[in-house]
Amino acid sequence: MTSILAALRHHRLSAGLIAVQIALVCAVLCNACSLIAGRLELMGLHSGVDESSLALVQLTGYDTAQADEVNAKALGALRAIPGVQAVSAINTLPFGPRVANAGINLDAGLSHFAGVIDFYVGGPGSAAALGLKPSSGRLPQEDEYGPIQNFVPADAPVLITRNLAEHLWPGSEPLGHEFWMDKFHFRVIGVLDHLAVPAPGGGEERDPDWSVFAPARPGPAFSGSYLLRADPDDLRTVYRDAQDAIAQALPDVVFDHDASGPVLELRHRYFAPQRAMAGMLAGVILALLLVTSLGIVGLASFWVSQRHRQIGIRRALGATRGDILHYFQMENFLIVSFGIVAGLALTIALNIVLIKYYGASPLPAIYLPLSAVVVWLLGQLAVLKPALQAAAVPPAVATRGL
Amino acid sequence: MFSYYLRLAWVSLRRNPVLTGLMALAIAVGIGASMTTLTVLYLLSGDPLPGKSAQLFYAQVDSSPYPNDHEPLDRMDDRSALDLWGAHKADRQALIVDSPVKLRAPDSPKPPRMAVLLSTTADFFPMFAVPFQYGAGWSADDDAKKARVAVISAELNDQLFGGADSVGKSVMLRGSEVRIIGVLKPWRPSPLYYAVAGGRFSGGDTADFYSKPEDVMAPYSASLEINDGNFQQFTCWHPPEHPGHLTDSPCVWVSLWVQLDGAAKVATYRQFLADYAAQQKSLGRFIHADNTRLRSLMQWLDFNGVVPGDVRLQNWLAFAFLVICLSNTVCLLLAKFLRRGSEIGLRRALGASRKAIFCQCLVESGLVGLMGGSGGWLLTLLGLWLIRQQQVAYADLAHLDLGMFTATLGLAIAASLVAGLLPALRASRIDPALQLKTL
Repeated sequence: MTSILAALRHHRLSAGLIAVQIALVCAVLCNACSLIAGRLELMGLHSGVDESSLALVQLTGYDTAQADEVNAKALGALRAIPGVQAVSAINTLPFGPRVANAGINLDAGLSHFAGVIDFYVGGPGSAAALGLKPSSGRLPQEDEYGPIQNFVPADAPVLITRNLAEHLWPGSEPLGHEFWMDKFHFRVIGVLDHLAVPAPGGGEERDPDWSVFAPARPGPAFSGSYLLRADPDDLRTVYRDAQDAIAQALPDVVFDHDASGPVLELRHRYFAPQRAMAGMLAGVILALLLVTSLGIVGLASFWVSQRHRQIGIRRALGATRGDILHYFQMENFLIVSFGIVAGLALTIALNIVLIKYYGASPLPAIYLPLSAVVVWLLGQLAVLKPALQAAAVPPAVATRGL
Repeated sequence: MFSYYLRLAWVSLRRNPVLTGLMALAIAVGIGASMTTLTVLYLLSGDPLPGKSAQLFYAQVDSSPYPNDHEPLDRMDDRSALDLWGAHKADRQALIVDSPVKLRAPDSPKPPRMAVLLSTTADFFPMFAVPFQYGAGWSADDDAKKARVAVISAELNDQLFGGADSVGKSVMLRGSEVRIIGVLKPWRPSPLYYAVAGGRFSGGDTADFYSKPEDVMAPYSASLEINDGNFQQFTCWHPPEHPGHLTDSPCVWVSLWVQLDGAAKVATYRQFLADYAAQQKSLGRFIHADNTRLRSLMQWLDFNGVVPGDVRLQNWLAFAFLVICLSNTVCLLLAKFLRRGSEIGLRRALGASRKAIFCQCLVESGLVGLMGGSGGWLLTLLGLWLIRQQQVAYADLAHLDLGMFTATLGLAIAASLVAGLLPALRASRIDPALQLKTL
C-alpha cells in the first residue's frame, strides 16, 4: 500500500488528471441519471383514464350556429361505427389539447386563490366511458349533466383528484367541499385517485393531478370534441372508421388530425421530447464511460511499459503474477477513490445548480454510492488488461540491460 | 521549420496508431457533442432581425383589475392596443393577433383545412422587413376600410397554387372570400419573435416559439369580422360572454409592436405609454397607472426566456463532456510524450532547445486536434441530423453553416492545443543527461 502511494507520487500529474476526470464523470453520471429518472417518472404517469380503450376526435372549422347540428351528426355517426362501446362529448382528454384551465378560489368572494387547475367537461356517459372510479363519493347522475353556456358549467357537481383535494383542503374529507372560478360554482361529489391534466409537467398546474371532472350536456358552447371507447384490440380500426364516418356525415368540418387520436398515441406524441432528452442523456452517459475507460486503458498501458523492467525485477525477487496484478488493480482503485471523493462534492454542487436553474429535483442519496460502485467497477475493468499484461512480464527481463 | 515539426509529428503519431486513434476519438466525440448543442443554441438564441431589432419595441400596459400583479400581462386588451396603435406616436406600429381559421381555395375539390391567421396592420411588413415573392402588403387605407385582402406564405402558395404568382386570386377564410395581394418569400424567423408571449408561464418548454410563420395574414380590422368567434385569449379575468369573441371582453389577447428610430423617440414613447395609463386610470378603466413596459425586441425575447430549457441543459452537459474528453486527452498526450523521453533527451543533447521541443509537442497535439476536429465535424453533422428527426418546432432549423463549421475545427484545434500545453511543457523539461544514461 505505501509502496503504491510512493509510486503514485512519482507520476502524480497523470494520476491527478485521471482522478479529476473520475470526479467529473461522477458528477455528470449522477445528475444525468437523476434527470433521466425524472423524465421516466413523468413518462410513467398515471392518467387515471382507460388509455388503451379510448380515442379522442376533435372537429373544428364550423360556426357556433352549427354546433348543435355538428354534435348531433357527429355523435350519431360515431355511435354507428361497428365495435364502438361508447361515444360521448368531452372537452379534451389527457395528452389532448389544453382547453379549459383556470384559476380557482375557495370562496365565493374570490379572495382565497388556490391555484390554476384544468377542467374536464364530459357529456352523459363520459365518466363511465373514461373508466373513472371514485375511491370515495359517486359518479354524476344522469340529471346532473346540465346545460353549459361557457367553457365550464355554471354550477356543477365535480369529481376531484386526491392530490388536488389535499392541496385545497389539507387533511379534511373532500366530499361536499366547494370552490369557485369567477361566478362559476363547483361542489365535490367524488374523489378520484388520479386524473392527469392534458399537458402534465408544463404550464401553471403545480401537480399533474390538478384537474377536475364536471358533467354537462353538449350544446353550442360544448361541441366538436368526442371520446370513443372500444376494445383495445379494435380501437385502431374504430378510430380509422371514425375519420371516414365524420367525413361522410360532416363533409364541411375539419377533422383535426393533430389533436385527435387514440390516447396511447397522443401520449406517445406528447412525451416525444422527453424521450429524446432521456435518450440523449443516456447516450452522453455511455459515451462518457467509454471515453473514460479508454483513457484509463491508455494511461495504465503506458505505466506498465514504463515500469517494464521494474516489474521484471520484482518478479525476479519473488513477487508472484498475482502480486503484480493486484498492484496495478490497487493503484487504479486508489486513484479512482480519490476521484470519487472529489466527485461527491462536485456532484452535489452540480445538483444545486440544476435545481436552481432547470427545476431539477434533489438527487436521491442512493445515487452517490451507486455511482461510486459503477466508477470503481469501470476502473477495474479498464485496468484489467494492462494489469494482466504487467503480470505476464517474465522475471528474465530483470537480467537484461543491467 | 513548421513543416519539419509537422513531419516529425506525423511520424510520431503513426508509430502508435491505437493511442493516436484514442486521442482523436476522444476529441471527436467531445467536439461532436458540444458543437451539435452549441449550433442549436446559436440558431435559437441569435438576433432574429440583425440591424433592426434595436429599433423594435414591445409595448405593455397593465389593464388587470387585480391589485397585486407585478409584471403587466404579456398581451393587451383590444381597447388599449387600438388606442395606442391609433395614436400613431411611433415611427411604425403593428398589432399582432394569431387565430386558427378554416381555409380553402375556392372551386377546389380539396377538403378545407385549418390554418393560422395573423391579424395585423399595414406597418407589419416594412417594420419586420418581411420579404415578398409576388405583390406587396396592404396599405393603412386597407386597414381603415376593413379590406378583404390577404398576404399568404410561400408554403401555402405552393400547396394551393403550385408556387405560381397567385396575386389577384382568392382564398376562402371561413365563409369569406379574401383577395390575395402578396405572396411571401420562404421566410423563417427564429424565433417567431413578433408572436412570442407567455414564456414565463411555460416552465422552460418554449420550443413552440420557433414555429413557422402563419399561413395567412390579413388586416386586423377585417379579420375581426372574418374570424369572429375563433379568437383565443392569452388570459381573462372573467370568462368572455361569447367564447372566441374577444372585442371589449375582459381578456388580454392583442400585442402591439412599435418601431422607434432613436433614443429620444424611445423616451418620448415611454412617456406616452405612462401618460396613457394615467389617463385610463383617471377614467376608471385601469387600476395600475405606473405599470407599463417598453422592451426592445431582444429584451422581450430575453424576458420570455425563448431558448428552451432543454437546449440550454444539453449545452452545459455537452461542455462538461468536452472537458472530460479533454482531460482524457491530456493524460494520453502526457503518456505519449513521456514515453518518448529517450528520444527527446537525444534531441536535446543534439542541440534542440526547450522551446523547440515544446513547439514540436504542440504541433503534434494540434495535428491530433485536426484529426479529432474532422471526426467531430462528421459527428456534429450526425448530431444535427438526429435533432432534425425529433418532433420539435425548431427541428428544421438545425443545420451547420459555414461559420459554425469553421468554429468546429477551430474549437477542436484550440482544445487540443490547450490539452497539449501541459504535456508539452513536461516533455520540454526532460533532463537529457538522465535519459541518455539509460539508453
